[in-house]
Amino acid sequence: MSVATDPRWPREHYLSEGFRLRDWLLTTDHKRIAWLYLASITAFFFLGGTAALLIRLELITPPGDLVSADTYNQLFSLHGIVMVWFFLIPSIPATLGNFLIPMMVGARDLAFPRLNLLSWYIYTLGGLFTLAAVIGGGVDTGWTFYTPYSTMFSNSAVIAAAAGVFIVGFSSILTGLNFIVTTHKMRAPGLSWFRLPLFVWANYATSLIMVLATPVLSSVLMLIVVERLLGIGIFDPALGGDPLLFQHLFWFYSHPAVYIMILPGMGVVSEIIACFSRKPVFGYHGMVISIMSIAVFGFIVWGHHMFVAGQSIYAGIMFSFFTFLVALPSAIKTFNWTATLYKGRITFTAPMIYALSFVGLFTIGGLTGIILASIAIDVHVHDTYFVTAHFHYIMVGGMVTGYLGGLHFWWPKMTGRMYSELWSKVAALALFIGFNLTFFPQFILGYLGMPRRYHEYPVDFQVLNVMSSLGAGVLAIGYLLPLFYLFWSLRFGPAAGGNPWRAKGLEWWTDSPPTKHNFHRIPRVTESAYAYDPTAE
Amino acid sequence: MPTTQPLNEAGQVAEQFNDIDQQVQSNLFGMWLFLSTELLLFGGVFAGFIVFRVIHGEAFAAAAGHLDLMLGSLNTALLLTSGLTMALAEQLVNNTRRRATLVMLLATIALGAIFIGIKGYEWYHEYEHHLMPVLGLPFEYPGEHPQQAELFFNFYFTLTGLHGFHMLVGLGLLSVIAILTWRWRDPPRIARQVQISGLYWAFVDVLWIVVFSLLYLLRS
Repeated sequence: MSVATDPRWPREHYLSEGFRLRDWLLTTDHKRIAWLYLASITAFFFLGGTAALLIRLELITPPGDLVSADTYNQLFSLHGIVMVWFFLIPSIPATLGNFLIPMMVGARDLAFPRLNLLSWYIYTLGGLFTLAAVIGGGVDTGWTFYTPYSTMFSNSAVIAAAAGVFIVGFSSILTGLNFIVTTHKMRAPGLSWFRLPLFVWANYATSLIMVLATPVLSSVLMLIVVERLLGIGIFDPALGGDPLLFQHLFWFYSHPAVYIMILPGMGVVSEIIACFSRKPVFGYHGMVISIMSIAVFGFIVWGHHMFVAGQSIYAGIMFSFFTFLVALPSAIKTFNWTATLYKGRITFTAPMIYALSFVGLFTIGGLTGIILASIAIDVHVHDTYFVTAHFHYIMVGGMVTGYLGGLHFWWPKMTGRMYSELWSKVAALALFIGFNLTFFPQFILGYLGMPRRYHEYPVDFQVLNVMSSLGAGVLAIGYLLPLFYLFWSLRFGPAAGGNPWRAKGLEWWTDSPPTKHNFHRIPRVTESAYAYDPTAE
Repeated sequence: MPTTQPLNEAGQVAEQFNDIDQQVQSNLFGMWLFLSTELLLFGGVFAGFIVFRVIHGEAFAAAAGHLDLMLGSLNTALLLTSGLTMALAEQLVNNTRRRATLVMLLATIALGAIFIGIKGYEWYHEYEHHLMPVLGLPFEYPGEHPQQAELFFNFYFTLTGLHGFHMLVGLGLLSVIAILTWRWRDPPRIARQVQISGLYWAFVDVLWIVVFSLLYLLRS
């Protein structure tokens, strides 16, 4: 049955209001801006992914034979910069968050719709600078831009790359600002703070980090650009400046930014697990407190990136202690997800497979984080593949999996269409298998002493590296498949109807795709979030 | 063009809000949040400066002695006065006194412009005395610890430059508001805009007090 004749297909919705270029580029509708972001971050994801694939191809053989050492440096820098700033940080907030937060709080739009569009343009401008850096010879400092290498010695396009990241920072500041004001001021009648879905809480906490940490990154990147451009040396040891100050300021942002790259995923997973277990999230208040305390603790642990950089041992001990503390709220969340599953009526849809993958992979990433927080062990494995594997388990195994899970969960809401059930499950499983095959060997490689960022290695490490590269191939299939069946669903997918998963939450009260102002009438909320009835049916 | 609608057409509430009260509250809250991000933007540089001020106390104190305290104090007085005129503009616009509001806004703009002028003169002065280590210009510091003095001046130009940039943004903002006040199309809306820009202007004032104290007053 074609959707046009399907009674569940709404006659008027936000996508039926014009499809010309200007209807997209000048829109202030948060739902359309979410699509603009979705298209841009997908492009950047595949750019960063191509760099990763080249890295893994190079590492199949011990000698550096595919690319030169310089090119290799540029590849991992490009991979890091693009994936962190142009994919992971905007991923869930700017796409799913943009689309869903106004609907979840029962509002017609975000508080500042034009600012929302502006932040997409700022994102695009930052992206152009970064592309200019790639075309203009690449950048080889790694995504962290450590001084004095980035300011005094690197001959690559540091200015363009740092300026790109500086600019894109303002995009996330403005997005965060918009979300915070919307959550505070625009909730529907009856929607008290403790009735908000955890997805909103997670994005709220993320926004706080974006608003309070990103400006510090901006100031430190500004100092780098100024140092290279005007010759003003703040970090120059010859003048009595200190390169370590750069690391302090950089990680003051970039550690909280790690939580920008996991908290929204936690929000998504909470929604999915509750829906497909048909149970309220276990320990809702504990979940909220955990989300907020992860955001707060995130600001006082930055020194654990600098255990071997020469900071005082007492600072090291404190940072190590605070880092252990982050494990508490993270563990509370993991146990609560598990407890939500307990005695639930579980259905293994594609979003659910992604969500369960998230829980498993995040647990491994989190536990290895505790290992790294112990100073004595960190001295041994610092700057090895152990660290690489650890943060990929959080950022890819966690966030990217959560992002794809969320995309599959809300795709029917965003497009009004269903996708292939079989192929989506295949893609979710390919991601889980491919991911583990890629990154688990890296834990062993790192523990055996293989350092990060080298384009050649001793023959002894080859078996594990080949496993990792094979895994990257499987992982690539897991990422490419959704591209095909999701596009397919846009044209051929059956109509989804307002609430195909029979989920709770205000966004499911309205049509799919929703009308321009989200609701035909602003909803009045009378029950807590996740009011699933486990005994129904 | 159904997807884009101009916000705030005379006296109207923007489409995403339920009523004008919600809109005003959201705008004010948004501005306060924005100012907190600005505070952290400066905070990074302030923190860096304070660290080096402690490490190289003697050299930084001596280098600060080469700044013009008179002109710095004069600028502080000018900027604080502009804060007063801005606050008065906010009072007057609420009483719908168009002409007086306009005078106060123009006075604020004039005081801000004089501030920028004096700041520019100071920079020129430092350029002439070879105290401007920018773009490879010669840096000839007469006292001891010339390298650490250069670090001090690096911070000086970074902080005053960043503050000056914010002043220019504020002046642009106030000029737009002045034109809107001159036209006087939608007084309640102008009153809200004056209030929001007044917040920003006060913030730039407060920042200057910190910049002034750190750079000019901590001298030997």
